[in-house]
Amino acid sequence: MTVALAVLDRAWALSPQVSVRPERFGALLYHFGTRRLSFLKDPLLLTVVQSLSDAPSARVACERAGVAETALPAYEKALARLADTDMLQERTS
Amino acid sequence: MTATTSVPLVEHFAEGLDAPICLTWELTYACNLACAHCLSSSGRRDPRELSTAEAKAVIDELERMQVFYVNIGGGEPTIRSDFWELLDYAVDHHVGVKFSTNGSRITAETAALLAGNDYVDVQISLDGATAEVNDAVRGEGSYATAIQAMEHLAHAGFEGFKLSVVCTRENIGQLDEFKAIADRYGAQLRLTRLRPSGRGADVWDELHPTAVQQREIYDWLMAHGENVLTGDSFFHLAAFGEALPGLNLCGAGRVVCLIDPVGDVYACPVAIHDEFLAGNVREEGGFQKVWRESELFETLREPQSGGACASCSAYDACRGGCMAAKFFTGLPLDGPDPECVKGNADLLLANVADGSAPKPSGDHSRPGAVPVTLMRRPDRSCDENPLAGIALGAS
Repeated sequence: MTVALAVLDRAWALSPQVSVRPERFGALLYHFGTRRLSFLKDPLLLTVVQSLSDAPSARVACERAGVAETALPAYEKALARLADTDMLQERTS
Repeated sequence: MTATTSVPLVEHFAEGLDAPICLTWELTYACNLACAHCLSSSGRRDPRELSTAEAKAVIDELERMQVFYVNIGGGEPTIRSDFWELLDYAVDHHVGVKFSTNGSRITAETAALLAGNDYVDVQISLDGATAEVNDAVRGEGSYATAIQAMEHLAHAGFEGFKLSVVCTRENIGQLDEFKAIADRYGAQLRLTRLRPSGRGADVWDELHPTAVQQREIYDWLMAHGENVLTGDSFFHLAAFGEALPGLNLCGAGRVVCLIDPVGDVYACPVAIHDEFLAGNVREEGGFQKVWRESELFETLREPQSGGACASCSAYDACRGGCMAAKFFTGLPLDGPDPECVKGNADLLLANVADGSAPKPSGDHSRPGAVPVTLMRRPDRSCDENPLAGIALGAS
């Protein structure tokens, strides 16, 4: 649980090798390095992902996008999965 | 996954996307080989093939539509004199390229160029883990050519290129050997389904897997999970039980389509027939208009009834199988796949009159070089009985 919680408190950005294509259901993400395709099954998650690079933490990005407190664990899990597959990269600044 | 969407993702795909995920573009019908099972009946160049300028205009359009990458094939695409120019043009315009080749133009020099580019992937075709099995289908010397190309790629440090195998009755016993070859060269194995399309229709009866072999493929794929790619082509096998990794859905006109060398847009790379022709990129509005507005694609994106399969317990798993496989074996599109694992197509197939199945629309086979005639290998088994890139991950 501590590991998963840390995801929200770290700063992230989309990998520069990732291309995002908005779709009605959310978005498609394609990583040119790993050649992996991922789906964002929710437009709000797309908003979160797109605002990560301007936010001091993923938690702040979620708040700015209007993610409800109760929904945070689900978003945390989705972001963790994106980080695991290198779609997201951690930012140090 | 976020729990905010109530509609399963697969339903969104069934309704079609703003642009294809997986677009196959066959650049030329010219080929230096004459494989017995060629999906596009390739051999000779078609004089109407898209010019360099027209091909670049298609790439511009794909960039606008945010098509992440195209699967370039043929024919043998590297035969086109502007192949490398088009490859560079696509990459410069943020359209990744995975191209399929028999390896004949992959030299040490080209391998080094390819290895340095993240936006290019290479897929080497090999249909036998031994020269004997491969060359019987792909032609004399084609095994050695493919192996040499893989050596060049591995030597150049190209990691994770694809070794692509069409599963046939003759090579299904070699799945472990194919995996070993892929591992030896640092490649990823991709297995796809034989289709009765193009010249594949001529060898279908002899080469398509037996019922026992279908189970063998399924078990093997289940055991190897996402490490082995399938282009989602074996979803008809989901009727055995658990779904295989991937979408498990016929993506024709919904998430995939084909642009052929003359610019014709078909619903799927294995469905080159007027019945599945949606339009041409040379028409007003180009590819985007065909993809978004063609009557055929609109129809394919409507909910499918399931027809004769609707009452089958496995329908939700296999969704009736492959449209093209049904069509080219003379079966109705709303019935079972010819390789239905429940055996529901057996009786129907027996009633298809000889020669009545639809023929592919174009034949580009070279008259001089007759396609490889199948040579039966010394018999291994006599079990006769009828029986698809991407790494997917949902976030």
